[in-house]
Amino acid sequence: MTAETMPTKLVGQAIKRREDPQLITGQGSFLDDIKLPGMTHACVLRSPYAHAKIKSIDTSKAKAHPGVVAVFTGEDMLDLNPLPCAWQAGRVKNNVNTPRVLAVGEVHFVGDPVALVIAEDRYIARDACDLIEVEYEPLPVVVDAKKATEPGAPQLHENAPNNIVMEWEAGDKAKADAAIAAAEVVVREQIINQRLIPTPMETRGSIARYEPATGEFTLWTTSQAPHVMRLVLTAFVFGIPETKLRVISPNVGGGFGQKIFCYNDMAFTMWAARKIGRPVKFVEDRSENYKYSTHGRDHITDVELAGNRDGTITGLRVTTYANLGAYLSTIAPGIPTTLYGRIITGAYRIPAAYVKVYGVYTNTAMVDAYRGAGRPEASYLIERMVDRFAAEIGMDPAEVRRKNFIPPDAFPYDNGLGLLPYDSGNYEAALNKALEIVGYAEFRKQQEEARKQGKYLGIGISSYVEICGVAPSKWIGLPGEGWGAGLWESANVRVHLTGKVVVTTGSLPHGQGVETTFAQIVADELGVPYDDVVIEHSDTAGTPFGYGTYGSRSLAVGGMAVYRSVAKIKEKAKKIAAHMLEANPDDMVYENGRVYVKGSPDRFKTLAEIALQASVAYDLPEGMEPFLDETTYYDPPNCTFPFGTHIAIVEVDPDTGIVDLKRYVAVDDCGNVINPMIVDGQIHGGIAQGIAQALYERAVYDENGQLVTGTLMDYAVPAAHMLPPFETARTVTPSPVNPLGVKGAGEAGTIASAQAVMNAVIDALSPFGVKHMQMPATPENVWKAIRAAQAAS
Amino acid sequence: MATITVTVNGKSYTSDVEPRMLLVHYLREHLNLTGTHIGCDTSQCGACVVLVDGVSVKSCTMLAVQADGANVLTIEGLAQNGQLHPLQEGFWECHGLQCGYCTPGMIMAAYDLLQQNPNPTDEEVRHGLEGNLCRCTGYHNIVRAVQYAAAKMRGEAVPA
Ligand code: FES
Ligand code: FES
Repeated sequence: MTAETMPTKLVGQAIKRREDPQLITGQGSFLDDIKLPGMTHACVLRSPYAHAKIKSIDTSKAKAHPGVVAVFTGEDMLDLNPLPCAWQAGRVKNNVNTPRVLAVGEVHFVGDPVALVIAEDRYIARDACDLIEVEYEPLPVVVDAKKATEPGAPQLHENAPNNIVMEWEAGDKAKADAAIAAAEVVVREQIINQRLIPTPMETRGSIARYEPATGEFTLWTTSQAPHVMRLVLTAFVFGIPETKLRVISPNVGGGFGQKIFCYNDMAFTMWAARKIGRPVKFVEDRSENYKYSTHGRDHITDVELAGNRDGTITGLRVTTYANLGAYLSTIAPGIPTTLYGRIITGAYRIPAAYVKVYGVYTNTAMVDAYRGAGRPEASYLIERMVDRFAAEIGMDPAEVRRKNFIPPDAFPYDNGLGLLPYDSGNYEAALNKALEIVGYAEFRKQQEEARKQGKYLGIGISSYVEICGVAPSKWIGLPGEGWGAGLWESANVRVHLTGKVVVTTGSLPHGQGVETTFAQIVADELGVPYDDVVIEHSDTAGTPFGYGTYGSRSLAVGGMAVYRSVAKIKEKAKKIAAHMLEANPDDMVYENGRVYVKGSPDRFKTLAEIALQASVAYDLPEGMEPFLDETTYYDPPNCTFPFGTHIAIVEVDPDTGIVDLKRYVAVDDCGNVINPMIVDGQIHGGIAQGIAQALYERAVYDENGQLVTGTLMDYAVPAAHMLPPFETARTVTPSPVNPLGVKGAGEAGTIASAQAVMNAVIDALSPFGVKHMQMPATPENVWKAIRAAQAAS
Repeated sequence: MATITVTVNGKSYTSDVEPRMLLVHYLREHLNLTGTHIGCDTSQCGACVVLVDGVSVKSCTMLAVQADGANVLTIEGLAQNGQLHPLQEGFWECHGLQCGYCTPGMIMAAYDLLQQNPNPTDEEVRHGLEGNLCRCTGYHNIVRAVQYAAAKMRGEAVPA
């Protein structure tokens, strides 16, 4: 289809979201909004200790409390298997320990579930939890990933000596060692990527119902991947046929990775619903969400970057201790390996690189994917070190980047770290655009002037590249990257007798606007009105198996499955039209919702006419099945690699340590754009989360394993006045991986932003001799960094 | 149990509630008005904001019995005769929501803000909403959405 013949092309337009009318009027249906007849409410008693033996549990008072339906402990649920870890680091031994639905015998972190109360309402359930008496024998605790590996450290699990989950490496050690030994300049740092708590505004929860007559469960749960949960819960946790469970994700109030995984409440609501014969609802409090649901990041990294005085980077050597928490969450070991170690060289051509990663157990909440998942840690590391190197050799950081960028003609580019080749890129174009928007040269002059007046301005550049649409099964599946399964995505497209189009997909939105963007694509490709296209998702009954929404894969993988199914529909429509028009099928042209005979556009059939013919089916080409109904399981040949440059400008007050983020410019290249409004929104939200890491957020455990930042009062999720407006722009380098040329945009903002801000803060502080400081750059930390640098000089 | 009479979105309700029941649970569980959300347990997030006698209140911080005799407006009562309120329209037009979980509270807080300051600067909007957290949007488009509504409510052309 050409643009001229398609005046109402929707792809590329900022179509308002079809998801919104119900959400802005209070008519959404989130998990906690669902009520079932006879429904009971669950409350979990959690361990107050980070590490302890459970000596005894007395539930008698709780059971006797009026309104309590049942009380259960881990011993009652021994028929359930522990939750599985589906993605273990590839090609190395993983000492796997996963959580039981309720703890048995020992607890390993504060918040570990110990007992379950089911009651008539949530107030009673909570009252009864307080009546359970548990006797603990406290054990020694370790919360720091590096300390946990040292001799004599408290041990969490017998099968994991020194608390090590896995030792994993990528790159060429000998080459990296040699490059570092031979380099003119080597810069070294210990870089901490602090633990974060994802904090979707809706906490997690589950509601389960059991039908004794059929032995079937229905589970409503706040999940980014309902089909995967169905598989994991039935085949691994319960050992029942997959067909006995239907999983539904209702409206989901933000995910950011935390809602990808299999959690105990999915299993215990099912188990208890079957046991008591009534539906069971569980919804986390925010403080439970903070204690129990997964956290993100938490790396301690020693890094050395080698180069020449002319600005050429020659080598990189990295050792990372990745804290994975007390047990392995569903895909935990995949994050600091595949999605971190393999992209550690970022946007640069670095001839010798080596990364070693230790996955470590500690007495803390499980750590798994959080927006960006490994890639923010990688891009923070390399972008911080490039700046550190630039400062060391006295070269402009933009210049160092230019000098080392992978050039546009080097794609597809193999970075030598076991990743699939980077698909396409023009890194310098994005950098130049960002520098131009921010007025770089002018800024440097202002900065100079300001310093003379005792004002400390700083500018920070972040030129990132990331991995989206993580999928190709032959790469990610066993025995390659350890996912043990494919990551393709599915879509079914049907054109009903009335001409209405119904799309079902394994992708599902929790804020990303998938219904809108997918409908834009389908409406354009089929040439039907946008409102005639319905996108259905999030229910394992009625949608084909799919892996779900995370890793910025909905469009590049799920959207492509839709696109392919539409293409198949068009092919079949052409054959039917040829039959109806008594023309040669090879001469048919599909355009604008019509099929016509090449050269005579007035001999046509509309899609509605064809759909009717396909449905009534009494006169179809010989041997053709009725109905326009096509399914695709799309497995892309490669991931996609979005990139861009973000620039932050800050002013730091050296007396108070307060950082004022004055401007934030983002130039992103996510390939072709379906809906620019939605892409901008994704970028905004991502940037906010990266700035939050740079300036505000840090999950803190004390040495006893207590989560000090256990509520929203203590964990600093930024409010509106703590963030600036964002100046966004784009370059467009289509991906050659898929026919839409799209890459993905869900995580880019987060992957790009923390280091832009930190580089700016450190640039501002350079007159004081500050070369690096750890995040977050709170006033206290900034003040200390200045004093420490002054004391050292 | 205590008996309370509350007017919610123009309708009067008389209910028996436990004295400890939070207003937000009363709205959600008793009246089935689930548009008002819960996002925290420390009065930080603002997902639960409603108007009580015209003033924005975090309904997780107030007991249902304290609302006895009061007039409550929730997100469900904002649109009139099928006509979206300018704030609802603004959030839709400006992509001021993604997952939509914070949105009802955000809109109700903005309602009170515009009532007090019909012509705010962007900075004033940001400060006026500091009791409401959104994890999805980064607030950029929420500020635009509120300004859209403010302009419309002043009878001016809406900002591009
Ligand atoms: S629920 Fe968070 S402030 Fe009320
Ligand atoms: S739109 Fe998701 S929290 Fe605000």
